[in-house]
Amino acid sequence: MFSYEVLRLIWWALLGVLLIGFAVMDGFDLGVAILTPFVGKTDTERRVALNTIGPVWEGNQVWFILGGGAVFAAWPPLYAASFSGFYLAMLLVLIGFILRPVALTFRGKSEAASWRAVWDGLFFISGLVPSLIFGVAFGNLLQGAPFHFDQTQQFIYDGTFLGLLNPFALLCGLVSVAMIVMQGASFLASKAQGVVAERARAYGSAAALVLVALFLAAGVWVAFGVDGYVIQGAVDGSGPSNPFLKTVTREPGGWLLNYRMIPVTLAEPLIAVAGAVGASIALRKGAARVALMLSSAGVAGVVATAGLSLFPFLLPSSTQPSQSLTVWDASSSQTTLSIMLVAVVIFLPIVLGYTAWVFHVLRGPVTEAAIERGDDYYY
Amino acid sequence: MDVVALSRLQFALTAMYHFLFVPLTLGLSLLIAIMESVYVMTGRTIWRDAVKFWGTLFGINFAMGVATGVTMEFQFGTNWAYYSHYVGDIFGAPLAIEGLMAFFLEATFVGLFFFGWKRLTKVQHLIVTWLVALGSNFSALWILVANSWMLNPVGARFNPQTMRMELTSFMEVLFNPVAQSKFVHTVSAGYVTGAMFVMSIGAYYILRNKHRDIARRSVTVAASFGLASALSVVVLGDESGYTAGQDQKMKIAAIEAMWETEPPPASFTLFGLPDQKAETTRYEVKLPWLLGLIATRSIDKPVAGIKDLVAQAEGRIRNGLPAYKWISNIGPGKADAVPVALEGSMRDLGYAFLLKRIRPDIENATEAEIAEAARSTVPDVPVLFWSFRVMVALGMYFIALFGVAFYLSSQRRCGQPWFLRLAMFSLPLPWVAAELGWIVAEYGRQPWIIDGVMPTFLGVSNVPASHVALSLGAFVAFYSALAVVDLVLIAKYVRLGPKAAPQPQPIGVGVAVPAE
Repeated sequence: MFSYEVLRLIWWALLGVLLIGFAVMDGFDLGVAILTPFVGKTDTERRVALNTIGPVWEGNQVWFILGGGAVFAAWPPLYAASFSGFYLAMLLVLIGFILRPVALTFRGKSEAASWRAVWDGLFFISGLVPSLIFGVAFGNLLQGAPFHFDQTQQFIYDGTFLGLLNPFALLCGLVSVAMIVMQGASFLASKAQGVVAERARAYGSAAALVLVALFLAAGVWVAFGVDGYVIQGAVDGSGPSNPFLKTVTREPGGWLLNYRMIPVTLAEPLIAVAGAVGASIALRKGAARVALMLSSAGVAGVVATAGLSLFPFLLPSSTQPSQSLTVWDASSSQTTLSIMLVAVVIFLPIVLGYTAWVFHVLRGPVTEAAIERGDDYYY
Repeated sequence: MDVVALSRLQFALTAMYHFLFVPLTLGLSLLIAIMESVYVMTGRTIWRDAVKFWGTLFGINFAMGVATGVTMEFQFGTNWAYYSHYVGDIFGAPLAIEGLMAFFLEATFVGLFFFGWKRLTKVQHLIVTWLVALGSNFSALWILVANSWMLNPVGARFNPQTMRMELTSFMEVLFNPVAQSKFVHTVSAGYVTGAMFVMSIGAYYILRNKHRDIARRSVTVAASFGLASALSVVVLGDESGYTAGQDQKMKIAAIEAMWETEPPPASFTLFGLPDQKAETTRYEVKLPWLLGLIATRSIDKPVAGIKDLVAQAEGRIRNGLPAYKWISNIGPGKADAVPVALEGSMRDLGYAFLLKRIRPDIENATEAEIAEAARSTVPDVPVLFWSFRVMVALGMYFIALFGVAFYLSSQRRCGQPWFLRLAMFSLPLPWVAAELGWIVAEYGRQPWIIDGVMPTFLGVSNVPASHVALSLGAFVAFYSALAVVDLVLIAKYVRLGPKAAPQPQPIGVGVAVPAE
């Protein structure tokens, strides 16, 4: 059907699509989790916030699970290396992703204020910690992670958990948190009403500007303070998935090469900045739906910028650069990539179709009045 | 404990914990869909109230299932990195397709199930409910396709260029006979769990003389659904035994504590005390012919015993060593294909890997070490022997109990207190049976993570034992706390009963509300 090289490119793009799908869809769940204590001062206000995502969080969480599954199926060496290398960080993310549904479901099951306060706290943590760690992970991807492979391709991680929390990675973590808060606030502003929506607009427009500032700061840092990685010599895009067959060097400004070679790709960081600035303005003007669209575009821009800067690298190695994982040597076999592509082509449009239908059925705002009218909201 | 033991313990605990919620989701989603179908067909609102009540309990259970399922998928990467690297090309695909085809369906529509009552027409809502049930069952299908590949690794071969297993035939993986029998067996077990849940709680209400209308109807539906499912579990459980006989002879020998090969017609050991050290089973009570019928579908074929299978394993270890020597000497990406002369040896490469547990330079292994590695292919016989027997006894009990329930409800005599009490106290048993089934299938697979291809110890990540100990401790503490909260909440909503359960309502105002 397609050559191995083209299939790998398609799957690299699909990885981006899934990451963006996750950041846009699950992003507003995470953002609502972070924002709930701030936009909701009373129990009713908090329930308004929770019930904006009440009917859709399960579906959104699947973007995360599908992302993991797709990395496993299409990029097994990347899946094995990143998940085991960042072991403790992944544990924190997992606990976050377990806490979130549980907090949401359990919170409303008792009237006691102390019970609800506990779950509110856990719900907040379940939004903040994964958001931060995803950004930190990208920060470490850009710097390269300390790892190598042995003769039998056993992956060996040479770093520590605390090593992940370096200044540049933490800056990327904050970019991610600001982005998620912007996305969550835009969603809340478009779905809630009254004081909750008002507060969401204020937090969201501030977060969007913080995001722009941090994103630009990270960009400057990448240009002048973080060495990029460059493959030396010709690359066989259809070669075997074996990370031992190339030479890689580290070069200052290396992550900007793609933008220099194909200037049109500069659209990605521009979309990130324009989307966030636009979302900030739209939130201030009260155009929440426009803000959600612009914010989603901004999120897509941020994720795409990170991915494009790294290309063709997926996970560079700082200790053995030549063993870095790249698009050309860390994929599944051609057979698996083809079969998975067929599955995606058939099912992803169906998924998008029924997700859109569900959001359409659930259209309309969540109001305090409706929550207070009865005890019959699910969350 | 070392990383291998800790990782295995963590996987076992988190998988068994996740599997507390999965069978109930499978069974209850279908039962709710059946009840809602009755509501839509008859138009009687009592059935809608029943759907909403069971739906509330389903919601709590579903959230726990979603939450603990995330751990399962990600643990392959965190704790079993070399496994993921070595077979991700094959194993990852069904997992990803599960997310794409099944879990998205189930999870997207479950929200609409709760929030969509007044936003959808009756028929639309019914379709949503069926899609949730369909999604959970598809989900089980793909997970079991992946799981069955570990038990019977078909459609794959070793690629020396990438030093890993790669897919040769997706159709073989998809239509793996083990996957088919496992799927039917596992979802049927889920249906039994759902039926027992509904019947036990219904019986509790009738005994307390509460919510009789909903309770009686629920018991009736659960009785017939439960009987059909319980029969299906046992009949198709037999099918699992049959395929195990083809592909995993060691597992069936261990389940039977059968040390010597049974000449045809092989008899089934009903009872006995297996002694793994002495390689013998004391006080055996045997039923003639039965095992031969289960395992070979014949009365003229022998069933291999543990000692003979160990001898075979020893031969395969020796046979795999040349392949191991070859792959450890070729440079990265140097060889395009396995030399023809080594193809036979390559099939036993996994057996050669068994020696890695004993010494790193396995090409120098002594005769004694090869024999030791061969002995390591024997799983824990007493545990398998007893797990299997208790599971089968429970399966028989379920048929009897649902048979009685079906008879009584067809006679409209469900109100017998002895029956109601029996039904009520049987509530935990399907979970016991399901967990034992998991132990037989997965603990019985040891020492293999992929049967004959990769030993479990080889699949772990290179992470410090302290990290795994930390995550294991975190999961134990966290999951225990959640289990307590989950049980308290379920008990609370059961006690409150149908009327007090929070009923889903439309969000917001000014939206056209379809007639209901």
